[in-house]
Amino acid sequence: MNKTKRTVILLIIAALLIALIPLFALKGAEFGGSDDAGSVMIEEIRGSYEPWFTPVLETMIKGELPGEVESLFFCLQTGIGIGILAFCMGRFVERKKWANTKGTSEL
Amino acid sequence: MSTKQKKMIFTLAVVSVIMGFSQRAYGMHIMEGYLSPKYCIAWGVLSIPFLVTGYLSIKKKLKDNRKNITLLAMAGAFIFLISSLKIPSVTGSCSHMTGTGLGAILFGPTAVSILGVIVLLFQAILLAHGGLTSLGANTFSMAIAGPLLSYGIFQLCKKLKVNPMVSVFLAAFFGDIFTYCITSFQLAIAYPSEEGGVITSMGKFLGVFAPTQLPLAVLEGILTVLIMIALKTYANQELKLVNLNLEEN
Repeated sequence: MNKTKRTVILLIIAALLIALIPLFALKGAEFGGSDDAGSVMIEEIRGSYEPWFTPVLETMIKGELPGEVESLFFCLQTGIGIGILAFCMGRFVERKKWANTKGTSEL
Repeated sequence: MSTKQKKMIFTLAVVSVIMGFSQRAYGMHIMEGYLSPKYCIAWGVLSIPFLVTGYLSIKKKLKDNRKNITLLAMAGAFIFLISSLKIPSVTGSCSHMTGTGLGAILFGPTAVSILGVIVLLFQAILLAHGGLTSLGANTFSMAIAGPLLSYGIFQLCKKLKVNPMVSVFLAAFFGDIFTYCITSFQLAIAYPSEEGGVITSMGKFLGVFAPTQLPLAVLEGILTVLIMIALKTYANQELKLVNLNLEEN
């Protein structure tokens, strides 16, 4: 195994640990969305506060975005991101393979 | 009481103190309607010159070589991906990363501002996350200030001949943290405390989000390094087009 491969594997493990440890270490924690919590801080400083503008989408559907739909949109965002990344990366990887078999680096 | 029990109680105490924070942890974007119009306009106006420069810079990069579009798309996609992932953090609440470091290193800080605005618009319109009125402020913190610092740190590390991958990590890490510092500054000047004013407020906002964001900033650094390793291995010619040299010297 070469050095780069080892670094990559170690980094992936580290990333997974950082993301997952809190979930298991803090059992029963809410892991709530932090946006709502932000407004709590503002109220603590200011007293009660009414936002002067509601999100356009919430105005249109006359209410808060349902949690499931929200996660749909978040997945959509992730999907767009990973789709483009994987597509481009796949092309790069294949190109390198192809160039290697042709014995040329010029493309 | 045995040492083991003492240790256990101590750990419990630490965890409960941390959990005490959890309810008030603060996320990344300023919510819709929470910034008075005066500040919304001010931050918006402040962002405009950066966005214009960014637009011109992207146009020039693409004119120089059409091939740059692949990396540009990947930098944008990276922000899309990274900022959609809500990660649980040690404080017991979730937050997400910015992902702007990669673009800043590849294309410079102003170009990223355009990519960042696209993501912020997506989240503000579809997700009610962030907001249209606070778009200017959020753009400034996530798409301008953070990348600017990332870029600065990467250039500084280059001068100091730091290992390139370490530089990438540091740039992404500090860019992420700095984004949140700016966000709390923006909130602090909009909501100064009755005693102590802006500085006390700033401390309060920083105090609630910094512990949440710190591990996530490390994570962002790691992910940015990972994608850089991939690009270095498979897309070296594209990196050369944007004048990026990741070889150790």
